[in-house]
Amino acid sequence: MHLDRAVATLGLGLATALGAAAVAGAVGRSAEPIVVEIDIHYSHFSPAAITVPAGRPITFVIVNNDPIDHEWIVGDAALHERHRTGTEPVHNARPTEISIDALHERRTTVTFASPGTLTFVCHLPGHEAYGMTGTLVVTAP
Amino acid sequence: MRRFGILLPASLLAVLLAATPALACGGLIGPNGAVNLLRTTTLAGYHDGVEHYVTAFQFAGGGGAFGSITPLPDVPTSVVKGGDWTLQRLIRETDPPLAARLAAVPAASAADGAEELMKVKIDALDLTVLRGGAADIGAWAKAHGFRLPPDAPEVLDFYANRSPIFLAAAFDADAAAARGQQLGDGTPVHITIPTDNPWVPLRILALGKSAKDQVQADVYLLTDDTPALLPKPLGVNGIRLDYSASASDSLLTDLRSDRGMEWIPSSGWLTKIAVDAAAGDLTYDLAIDVSGAGAPSRVDAGFELPSAQAVVGAFDARRFVLAIGFALMGIAGIWLVARTRPGPTLR
Repeated sequence: MHLDRAVATLGLGLATALGAAAVAGAVGRSAEPIVVEIDIHYSHFSPAAITVPAGRPITFVIVNNDPIDHEWIVGDAALHERHRTGTEPVHNARPTEISIDALHERRTTVTFASPGTLTFVCHLPGHEAYGMTGTLVVTAP
Repeated sequence: MRRFGILLPASLLAVLLAATPALACGGLIGPNGAVNLLRTTTLAGYHDGVEHYVTAFQFAGGGGAFGSITPLPDVPTSVVKGGDWTLQRLIRETDPPLAARLAAVPAASAADGAEELMKVKIDALDLTVLRGGAADIGAWAKAHGFRLPPDAPEVLDFYANRSPIFLAAAFDADAAAARGQQLGDGTPVHITIPTDNPWVPLRILALGKSAKDQVQADVYLLTDDTPALLPKPLGVNGIRLDYSASASDSLLTDLRSDRGMEWIPSSGWLTKIAVDAAAGDLTYDLAIDVSGAGAPSRVDAGFELPSAQAVVGAFDARRFVLAIGFALMGIAGIWLVARTRPGPTLR
C-alpha cells in the first residue's frame, strides 16, 4: 500500500514537471513562425479559409500539386483589383505575392500587423473565376 | 471485326492553348486574340480496327501562335494532310440547307515530361503526338510556350487515366498569314489510329470555359449498324439525336473519293449528335458500341475510371476469400472453446 502511494506521488510529480517544461518551451517558442500548409489541387486552394493571429510570423507552405503554374497573392480588395489588370509575369519580390511553378512547393513568411479579413487569390488568367480564392482572417494577438 | 466510322466536328476535339508565356498576371489573355481559332470540323472513322480522324483547323485572325490539344484513344501511326472537302460534304449530307456551319469556338487559354511520339508539320500547323499524364502534358505545354487553363489539371487527368495519348496542334497564325491563308481557311489533318477502343471526347470541349458557358457542337458517327451510345442522347442531358439513317451511297462514294479517304466502307449508318450543354455539365465523353451487344463502356464515357472495375473485382474476390477464411476460423474457434471450456468456477 505504501509502495502504491509512493509510485503515484512520483508519477504525479513527474507529470507536473513535464507539463511545466512544455509550457516553458511553448512560451520560449512563441516568436517562431506558425506553419500553415496550403495545398493546390485542380486549381483550388485547400484549405480555403485560414485564421492566423496578428503580430506573429506565419510561414505559408504552398504546395502546387497541379501540372500548371499558380500564384498565391494575399491582400485586400484594392490589391487584388490591381492584380486583375497587372502585368507582372511572376511574383517573387514580396512575401505576400508569390508564384508557384507546376508541381513545386514555395514557402513564404508573413507577419500581419493588424487584425482583419484578407483574401488570397491566383491571378493567372481565368483562375480566380474558376474559384481559386481563399479567405485569411487575421485575429487579434 | 467491328467496322464503323465516327464523324465529328473537330471542335469536339480541339482545346485551344494560349501562347502567352509572358502573361502571368491577370486580365491579359483574353483581349489579345486568344480566341482566334474558328470552330473546326473533324471526321473520325473506324474501319478494320483503324480509326481515322480528319480534322480541319480554321484560322480566325490574330497574331502569334496558338493551338489545341486533342485526346486520342491510342497511338496514331500517321499524321498527314487530310482531304480537302470531306468535312464539308459530310455537313451537307445532314444539313442540306447549310453549306457550312462554322462558328467561333472560344479559346481555352492556352517541359518536356511528355514523350513525343511523332512530330509533323502541315501548312501552318505543328502537330505533335504526345504520350504522358497530366503532369507531362502540362510540362510539355509550358516548355513550348503554351499556358493551359485552370481546369486543365482535372480534365487532363480525366483523359490520361483512360488514354495517355494527346495530339498537340500549334497553329502559327503569322505563318498562316505568310502562306496567304485567309480568315476561315482550314487545314485538314488526317490522323490514323489503330485501336479497338474508339470513343468521342466531349468533355474536352468545355476546357477553359466557365461552368455556365454553353458548349455547342455536332458529332457525326458512321457505323455499320445503329450504334449504342452512352450517355444516350436524350436532349435534356446535353446531347441530342439529330439524325439517324443509313448512309447514302452518294455520301460514301463522295467521301471515299477524297484524298486519303479510301478507307470509307461500302455501307454504314449515319448518326448526328448535337451537343448543347453548359460547360459545367459536360463532364462525360461519348462511348460507342457497335458490336451488337448494346453495351457501351462506362469507362469510355468517363463515368468510371479504368482501374475501378479491376480494383473492385479484385477487392471483392479477396474479401470473399477472407470472409470464408474468417468464418472457418470462427467456427473452429467456437468448436474448440466449446470442447475445452471448463465448468464455472467460484473465487
